[in-house]
Amino acid sequence: MIIELGHYMLILAFALSLVQSVIPIWGAQIADNRMMSVASPIAVTQFLFVGLSFAALTHAYVTSDFSVQNVWENSHSTQPLLYKYTSVWGNHEGSMLLWVFILVIFGALVGAFGRNLPPKLKANTLGVQGWITAAFLLFVLVTSNPFHRIANAPIEGRDLNPILQDVGLAIHPPLLYLGYVGFSISFAFSIAALLEGRIDAAWARWVRPWVLTAWGFLTLGIAMGSYWAYYELGWGGYWFWDPVENASFMPWLCGTALLHSAVVMEKRGALKVWTILLSILTFSLSLLGTFLVRSGVLTSVHAFATDPGRGLFILVLLVAFIGGGLALFAWRASLLRQGGVFSPISREGSLVLNNLFLSAATAAVLVGTLYPLALEATTGAKISVGAPFFNLTFGPMMIPLLIAVPFGPLLAWKRGDLGAAMQRLWMALGISILVILMVYGFVEGGPALAPLGIGIGAWVVIGSFAEIQLRVGFFKNPLAKSLSRLKGLPKSVWGSALGHLGVGMTVIGIVIASSYQVEDISIMKVGDSRTIAGYTFTFEGLKESSEHNYSDVEGTFTVMQDGASVTTLRPVKRVYNTRGMPTTETDIYTMWGVSQLYMSLGDKQDNGAMAVRIYYKPWVTFIWLGSLVMFFGACFSLADRRLRVGAPARKGRAKQAASTA
Amino acid sequence: MTRKQRRMTMIGAAGVVLFAAVGLILFALQDQIVFFNSPSDIAANSVKPGQRIRLGGLVKDGSILRGQGTKVSFVVTDGGADVTVAYNGILPDLFREGQGVVTEGVMNTNGAFDADTVLAKHDETYMPKEVADALKDQGHWQGDEAKAKVN
Repeated sequence: MIIELGHYMLILAFALSLVQSVIPIWGAQIADNRMMSVASPIAVTQFLFVGLSFAALTHAYVTSDFSVQNVWENSHSTQPLLYKYTSVWGNHEGSMLLWVFILVIFGALVGAFGRNLPPKLKANTLGVQGWITAAFLLFVLVTSNPFHRIANAPIEGRDLNPILQDVGLAIHPPLLYLGYVGFSISFAFSIAALLEGRIDAAWARWVRPWVLTAWGFLTLGIAMGSYWAYYELGWGGYWFWDPVENASFMPWLCGTALLHSAVVMEKRGALKVWTILLSILTFSLSLLGTFLVRSGVLTSVHAFATDPGRGLFILVLLVAFIGGGLALFAWRASLLRQGGVFSPISREGSLVLNNLFLSAATAAVLVGTLYPLALEATTGAKISVGAPFFNLTFGPMMIPLLIAVPFGPLLAWKRGDLGAAMQRLWMALGISILVILMVYGFVEGGPALAPLGIGIGAWVVIGSFAEIQLRVGFFKNPLAKSLSRLKGLPKSVWGSALGHLGVGMTVIGIVIASSYQVEDISIMKVGDSRTIAGYTFTFEGLKESSEHNYSDVEGTFTVMQDGASVTTLRPVKRVYNTRGMPTTETDIYTMWGVSQLYMSLGDKQDNGAMAVRIYYKPWVTFIWLGSLVMFFGACFSLADRRLRVGAPARKGRAKQAASTA
Repeated sequence: MTRKQRRMTMIGAAGVVLFAAVGLILFALQDQIVFFNSPSDIAANSVKPGQRIRLGGLVKDGSILRGQGTKVSFVVTDGGADVTVAYNGILPDLFREGQGVVTEGVMNTNGAFDADTVLAKHDETYMPKEVADALKDQGHWQGDEAKAKVN
């Protein structure tokens, strides 16, 4: 019964979304306040209905109701409780329901907290949001209904794909979707602006919190997915330039560009048309990602069972939204007047440069991702585009961008002084050069260019504090004055500093971990020892055990360095009973929060020995810590009073906005 | 600078970056892509030794031979032809006889394949698309058995 109610709620939500897609926009056209004001309550009610529907499916999973086909296919009664919850979205249908659920959460947030938005903009925005919701609810109801029953309910379920039975599934998809789907709001705002034919600096201030939120979550979601792959797959990789990863990375790159261009628009009223275009493109890339992952054109752990009908449906949605969005853009963009003249060397100029490199990099990733599909469709030749392609195209585009990052915040709006900025960065430059020389001098091995990469990372890290130093003036002013200035700094300054700091940290982590890691694959018998990067691993024993829905073979290894015990690692080879599928459970020890020792077990050999994979991964955690710092940067920017949703515009600002519009 | 000069500077900078990006992408597409081949393609002599390719098919029953240490060899077949693959490392969790596999590496001069990568599968019922297509080409595709298990 609960399942049928859930299904019914979803249908009701679809009906509501149809109303939401028509009435408010109609109201905005004929300036009817009552019609426009329908949007908010509908958005909130819709959130309730989809929420209840989601809860109904969750209930079926938690109570192991195998009369529901979706539950039967993807759950098992002996699964630990957490995985019964996460199984809800560990499959195609449930995952699409989560997608729609997050979409309506965002819609409800705009409806509930967007009180200060001009009524027309709000009605149009929620109307566009209604189109997206209606389209995806229809997709779920028609092609991916999770509420199908089975006539004769089986006793036991078929278990969730073992590789997904991990805490990662609880965190990675919701975060990633919060990012992906969050960009629907900036898309809706842009389409609304185009429908209305007017846009001003205030528009950018209303949109920026949504872009920041989506971007922050997408950053975390990608980082979490990368760390999950790193420890779950057992081969020590964290990024494979797999099409599915690229699918999430492209909206991130484009969203990063959007984040920066929206600043220019908010502060200077320039780059309006470009910002609108970027926000359409960012959400288009999110949709493209959804299509690539969910349609089955790519085979991967994300694809689940594939069905051509679904692929076609999403393709139609994709073409409708991207094509419609871009067509509207082409038709209406000329109505938006440009403002704000600036010289190439200025804050605006640096942000344009940022956008240029980020969009070129997005294009490179897009070509690398879609080229194999296009080639197979046209010539039938099957190719794979892997890391070498992206290292050659994406890498060189990032280097000038990273070098330019510290300059941006130091340049004044309108007309900047590069020489003065350089003077403020001499210390960062000096330290980076010192770092490069020290790495060349003291670290053996590794590629010849690695120290330069580390130097660029250090340059970004130290340079990220330059704007704070410029505003606070430590060592130039008395300490008390500096401290009081530090307290008075706008939070958005901290936001951008942290964002850039995070980028630098991630770069350092990637360069060091990929250049100086040590990998060792060997066959070890109990009692054997191997020494890797100065750490001696001794195989102490094997233990077999059985728990929940799996059985384990666990190896015990003691790790010593210079005769002192470091830790004991216990990697596991696990076999899941229902599907008879083995998985690798790595064991990782983190030293000083930075470098990691990583062990996984391979096959058992005929003589009882085990294949063992050991990695020494220096500074590897910086990759994900950097992403975490970027996320905090987004949080700081969001907390800035000037950006808070609904914060009234100060009079001067409003005037300035009006005059530049 | 006049407004026009500013605009030209911007457009010039954008042009340079875009030009460089397009150049890099085209160059990389020439050089850095890897073609997929089936054992039958290799038997037809379309692959030069030393050229980096992906080889996919089924792991032939009874063909897995473990050598010294982590060395292992197995035969990949698409029903039409067989290729012996040599690999040094840990095989993925779902590597089994009779199952689909995709490997990446180069043909050596003895007509065997030296793989440096054996791609992991994520699900025991999943068949790499390239492998399924290669089997269909050779008429050895066993219905939609794998798919039936999933649905």
